[in-house]
Amino acid sequence: MHKRVHYNTSYLPYLLVAPQITITLLFFIWPAVQALYQSFLLEDAFGLSTEFVWFDNFAELYDSENYLNSFTRTAFFSVSVAALSMGFALFFAALADRVIKGSHTYRTLLIIPYAVAPVLAGTLWLFLFNPTLGIVPYFLDIVSINWNHKLNSGQAMSLVIIAAAWKQVSYNFLFFVAAMHSIPKSLIEAAAIDGAGPLHRFRTIIFPLISPTTFFLLVVNIIYAFFDTFGIIHAITSGGPGNSTEILVYKVFNDGFVGLDLGGSAAQSVILMFIVILLTVVQFKYVERKVEY
Amino acid sequence: MLKKTLVAASVAAALLSGAANAAVEVNWWHAMGGTNTERVNKITADFNASQTDYQINAVYKGNYTETMTAAIAAFRAKKQPHIVQVFEVGTATMMAAKGAVYPIEQVMNDAGVKLNKSDYLPAVISYYQTPEGELLSMPFNSSTPVLWYNRDAFKKAGLDTAPETWDEVTTSAKKLVDSGMKCGIAVGWQSWGLIENYSAWNNIAVGTKQNGYAGLDTEFTFNNKNVTANLQRLSDMQADGSFTYGGRRGESLAMFTNGDCGMWINSSAYYGSIKGQAKFDYAQTMMPFDSNVTNAPQNSIIGGATLWTLKGHKKEEYKGVAEFMRYLSSAEVQSWWHQETGYVPITTAAYELSKKEGFYDKNPGTDIAIKQLSLNTPTKNSRGVRFGNFVQVRDVINAEMEKIWNGSKTAQEAMDDAVSQSNKLLRKFEKANK
Repeated sequence: MHKRVHYNTSYLPYLLVAPQITITLLFFIWPAVQALYQSFLLEDAFGLSTEFVWFDNFAELYDSENYLNSFTRTAFFSVSVAALSMGFALFFAALADRVIKGSHTYRTLLIIPYAVAPVLAGTLWLFLFNPTLGIVPYFLDIVSINWNHKLNSGQAMSLVIIAAAWKQVSYNFLFFVAAMHSIPKSLIEAAAIDGAGPLHRFRTIIFPLISPTTFFLLVVNIIYAFFDTFGIIHAITSGGPGNSTEILVYKVFNDGFVGLDLGGSAAQSVILMFIVILLTVVQFKYVERKVEY
Repeated sequence: MLKKTLVAASVAAALLSGAANAAVEVNWWHAMGGTNTERVNKITADFNASQTDYQINAVYKGNYTETMTAAIAAFRAKKQPHIVQVFEVGTATMMAAKGAVYPIEQVMNDAGVKLNKSDYLPAVISYYQTPEGELLSMPFNSSTPVLWYNRDAFKKAGLDTAPETWDEVTTSAKKLVDSGMKCGIAVGWQSWGLIENYSAWNNIAVGTKQNGYAGLDTEFTFNNKNVTANLQRLSDMQADGSFTYGGRRGESLAMFTNGDCGMWINSSAYYGSIKGQAKFDYAQTMMPFDSNVTNAPQNSIIGGATLWTLKGHKKEEYKGVAEFMRYLSSAEVQSWWHQETGYVPITTAAYELSKKEGFYDKNPGTDIAIKQLSLNTPTKNSRGVRFGNFVQVRDVINAEMEKIWNGSKTAQEAMDDAVSQSNKLLRKFEKANK
């Protein structure tokens, strides 16, 4: 016999979700609507003259070869960042899960990068890889690799991917470790008794059981790579050499906050928003099927 | 008893704050970080101490772009400061905002404070004047690109004198590399040095309509054969290291100060940094001119920032702005600022004062920038550039120049592309600022 609590008042559920709804409206929906409106405007920086131009801002983007090229760049960048940061986080988490002594220190150290601001992270990596002063190019030079991300597009792209991924490893690590913790020890011990090695156990037990977390992180990481990486790019390459590291969100930031072209920047952010909505829908529809809760 | 003391204390406090409020407050947002923040604070503190009617509050708002963005956002929210420091590439944006900007000449005239434009160095103020000659903003920190060179390296390479033309730069760079240097020459802020100043120095136009001074319907012309030939020359010089690209901003400083590069073209305001970092005998000299274009250099143009006055405040507050500008332009303040920072003085009197004090004898080369700026009376090609969306135009130019340096485009292709993309940005600015 189940005991049930009945609430007769109909307003209580609304009251309970109200804070969440308010925050979403205030900080997500309202700015999104504003951006949508702004994207139809042609305005000077001070807002002294405003003209409604319908889809001019979008048409202009469609005409720009650089803008269209930056879609493939962004895709490559985002997938690489997500794969790299999740791959490393998973690796570290799997190791941390097995560590018994000093696991606390080990975990704390791995979490620290998350506290570093994007621009600072970018600057740190920039120092390490500075062609003139950096320590990494110095060592690469010994093995006859000439590092100059100021001119070499491939190297510049690798550098921003590494820097962006590095910052996200901590976050992913935290979730992976927590997910692994929630796996019942008895399962793993039983497998061990049956003679399954650590790798085998990871592949057949741990990995499938943490799949909900992996899926969640995939969504979060893609969104991170799409939206939160402009600070790193600004600090390291400013989009160069040429336009080779100019990803979509960097252009949104640069045109809007540096170039003060609000309409053009808003139009780009609207496009970006639709891309991410689409991606998230796709992920939930297709990737989630493989997830076992 | 306690109550009485409290009442008395609050009355006293009210009286005190009343006394402080008697001074009219004027807010100034600036972008001078590091030690320059302290220098700015000294200027305002001295001004505040010199009189009792006005109080200037200087607030550091971050770098140039951040300060400008903050001021514009504040204006939209009707919370703008009286004075804001804006860098030279933001000039067209400020100028076009007629409803927001109170031209400094008008501010001074309305306040009855005399502004004698002939006191100011022409090359410094002409950048910020309308075609009719009205001064729009007050120059504050200005510099210009010069040629820095490593004297020890020159001696080692058997070079006696600094190069004066680009042809001489090419041969000097080659000799430096032959003598064992890693690189001959590097350039900082490449669009400013190799396009804007290259053009002014050789008296050719960057764009139509007097470099944008005479109207928003201007178009870029820097894909001309002179600019592109010079860029192509530099690109070809990369083969043996005669030229090495070191980044979009000033970061190639390290390549000069650590002794990799024997020459460096960048702002005269790097004097302090070079003095602190270089462990060799260095000197500055005038930028090279292009003997294929002209027989003698014209004058260079400035970079740096000026102080703009924003509309929307009370009349007596603008009086404070005017009084402060008068104080700021005084020979004493200007020569102190110039000698402390390495920025050029904005008035002739400050220049003369520094001369009299023997500053240039003690610090040879520190007057190169002023000499270069005032070498000749500025022409329509050499008083400056005024193009809308110029921050983005510089991005386009930087990106296209990098395509020259890494060999993916020829100089002509890259500059043609840069001009066509930049012209679109100009048209957009024209449309938004009708």
